Amino acid sequence: MTNPTTTNILVSGIGGQGVMTAAEILSQTALAQGYDVKKTEVAGMAQRGGVVTSHVRFGKQVLSPSIPPGEADILVGFEPAEALRWCSHLKPDGVAMVNRVKQEPPVVTLGLYEYPDDPVNQIEKAGINVHAFDAGAIARDLGNPKLVNTVMLGAISKYLPFSADILKNAILDRFRASKPKLVEINEKAFEAGRAAEAES
Amino acid sequence: MNAVNPLPAGGRHFMSGNEAVARGAWEAGCKVAAAYPGTPSTEILEYASQYPEMYTEWSVNEKVSLEVAIGASIVGSRAFCAMKHVGLNVASDALMTQTVVGVGAGLVIAVADDVGLSSSQNEQDSRFWGRFAHVPILEPADAQEAYEFIKLAFGLSEQFGTPVIVRMTTRICHVKGVVVAGERKEFRLEQGFEKNPAKYVMVPGNAKKRIPMMFEREDALRKFSEGSELNSIQDGTDKRIGYVTSGPTYMHVREAFPEAPVIKLGLSYPPPMEMIRGFAAGVEQLVVVEEVEPLLETEMKAAGIKVTGKEVLPREGELAPHVLRPAIAGLLGEELVAEAAGEKKSALVPSVRIDVNIGKNLFPRPPTMCVACPHLGIYYCLSKIRNTTISGDIGCYTLGAGHPWNALDTTICMGASMGVALGMDKGRVEADANKRIIGVIGDSTFMHMGMQGLLDITYNRGNVTILLLDNRTVGMTGGQDNPASGRDIHGDDSPQVDFRKLCEALGVKPERIHVVNPYELPTLFKALREEVKIPDTSVIITDQPCVLVDFYKVKAPYVVEDDKCTGCKNCLDVGCPAIYVTRRETVVKPNGKEKELAFVRIDSQACTGCDLCPKTCGPDAIVQVENFTRQ
Ligand SMILES: Cc1ncc(C[n+]2csc(CCOP(=O)(O)OP(=O)(O)O)c2C)c(N)n1
Ligand code: SF4
Ligand code: SF4
Ligand code: SF4
Repeated sequence: MTNPTTTNILVSGIGGQGVMTAAEILSQTALAQGYDVKKTEVAGMAQRGGVVTSHVRFGKQVLSPSIPPGEADILVGFEPAEALRWCSHLKPDGVAMVNRVKQEPPVVTLGLYEYPDDPVNQIEKAGINVHAFDAGAIARDLGNPKLVNTVMLGAISKYLPFSADILKNAILDRFRASKPKLVEINEKAFEAGRAAEAES
Repeated sequence: MNAVNPLPAGGRHFMSGNEAVARGAWEAGCKVAAAYPGTPSTEILEYASQYPEMYTEWSVNEKVSLEVAIGASIVGSRAFCAMKHVGLNVASDALMTQTVVGVGAGLVIAVADDVGLSSSQNEQDSRFWGRFAHVPILEPADAQEAYEFIKLAFGLSEQFGTPVIVRMTTRICHVKGVVVAGERKEFRLEQGFEKNPAKYVMVPGNAKKRIPMMFEREDALRKFSEGSELNSIQDGTDKRIGYVTSGPTYMHVREAFPEAPVIKLGLSYPPPMEMIRGFAAGVEQLVVVEEVEPLLETEMKAAGIKVTGKEVLPREGELAPHVLRPAIAGLLGEELVAEAAGEKKSALVPSVRIDVNIGKNLFPRPPTMCVACPHLGIYYCLSKIRNTTISGDIGCYTLGAGHPWNALDTTICMGASMGVALGMDKGRVEADANKRIIGVIGDSTFMHMGMQGLLDITYNRGNVTILLLDNRTVGMTGGQDNPASGRDIHGDDSPQVDFRKLCEALGVKPERIHVVNPYELPTLFKALREEVKIPDTSVIITDQPCVLVDFYKVKAPYVVEDDKCTGCKNCLDVGCPAIYVTRRETVVKPNGKEKELAFVRIDSQACTGCDLCPKTCGPDAIVQVENFTRQ
């Protein structure tokens, strides 16, 4: 019943973190590889700190745009609690790539809820293949917090049905067209993401 | 959105349904397109405005947008308007009579239903309007179809002389897919407007003659629907169930049951009942999958077709594959396995799964107001004033109903804050004799439907204090321009509304109108405290922009000096998301009572230096950072 030829990537995070950009880059890359692609977008209220998810599906033919629970191949979690929230969407042999940088919502600040102690550990305990690292620190070390996006994409690059270099070049081409100055630093971020995946 | 960069014809473009609709309208030679923003339809007009061959506008409400399109259609231009589902409630007065009139050139209305309620006050099914207004309903199943159907809709509108509704859902509007686009074809009627009062002047005598024409048209459309290629059958090998689908449910059904026969209704009203009957004969049983109301189901049953629908499928929300599979497994009598437990008994439900309960007890992450939002100060004040009933409205400020303010008591529909406040004043019972009634409304909502309500308040001498939150934009839907911003849809200058004068003109006494800066808490407090006591209609207008608009000025951020912070929590009542608690402590006060303290920090990268929270800090622990570099 699961369409074996479809690749399902769930990107989750918080409004403003770059979830939509990551999903768009993945989609465009798959599109350029000749796949049929569908990508969901959440707009509207999500821009104000709410949960943001994007479903990216590509394959020979993609029908329904949403990834059914239990059928995601890859979860890209931009925030550990948001990765925990969505990890049951993964296939049992799926992979979760998680940025460890926590972002407390106001309901936690106000003392109404608690932030879980170790979300990544909870994901691990569920038997999921999870790679977690501090993408924020990697980006900061490279000199620009916005690089988190490229770091995360580098980290998942070996799990895609096309080569990591194809994704890397797609990202760099985007920067070549819009901000050529940032090409080099993004290449570094991508490689740093690959290394972080290997080490975590 | 001012870039003019129409995508080339041919080739595979990656477009959302909204972008595809704009493209389709442009290619169809549409000349006038109007809309009022509303999730999930907003981007349609944003994209449309990039095509210079079309006149596009943000209208002040959906009714006006439809009327603009009607006018353009009558004088011979293909015309279009877009709105969210509840927008058509507002525009329905125009629709219900325009359907009697018919059209000049093609008139197409795209309506976006928020199935699943991601950003709306209700979940309603716009397909009802087809039945109510006797107009055809087209339902695309993805972006490519959204593009194609809009183009077809103009032709259909002219062929049958009827407004056409293209019904979208969030899953069409906000899903990107591959679209193969074409060229624009200009559409020109030879003659301009021809006077024809029997058609265009809907007095009873004229309307009476046109109503039978409307029914004839509907009958003709019913016949057309039977043979139309918009409705098609996809055969399948597993004939236990045949599915009737419309719109996005076609994709969901195909995904969930790839072997099953499916009938796809692209023109879902009037439904091709004989085609459905024929389809039903070739399958063991028929299931109709429709979002959200059982409309086709009721009509099929009335036509004597045996069908299952809402008995087994949810009455609300999206009918995604993971919703359909267990419901259909149940219908087929296949035993369901507990999810995540190993064994597999139904071919329809995945057997091996990660524990579905993981992550279920997590805190919620509801949308919040932005860091430094100009509404924060308002709600800080409202939360500190006692003995009030606050009639709210729809916009970012609706979030004032939540934590930490809890300072909004009702939200119904756009503009309702005004009339509801007056009703609360006039209908108050003895116990509420001293309650102060406050109405809160944003600039866009005020111009949409609030102005009439304010006129009603002044005319009827309401004892109500109105807070008109002018943040110069439609914040909720992403910061579109409007008459309060003084810019049109292209960002070009246009007359800016003067709210003080407008309120005066609506009958509010000049001395009862105050324009205040919502970051100046003492001034705001004073105005509010004084006005709620005066038994008259007062309006307090705020005048600082939403942080999303391009002219919002970011200043040096603030930090909390740890040694000065007493943990009093006052600043948390502001509700700015840049303020975080670092540690909590419970102390016993001299009177023996326990007090909870919370010590805070400010995320200086996020803080825009709006200077609101420092005003709530007694010990002056919140100070501005000099020479701050933002990353
Ligand atoms: C009839 C209708 N049309 C559109 C919407 C979508 N919508 C919700 S709030 C809003 C306007 C908000 O603007 P404003 O009142 O200026 O408040 P702000 O969000 O800027 O604070 C819109 C367009 C709706 N809910 N109902
Ligand atoms: S978008 Fe504007 S009005 Fe809405 S919460 Fe953010 S700052 Fe406030
Ligand atoms: S208001 Fe001032 S003293 Fe009180 S918690 Fe906030 S920073 Fe600390
Ligand atoms: S000054 Fe205070 S209220 Fe204003 S943005 Fe900074 S932290 Fe938020």
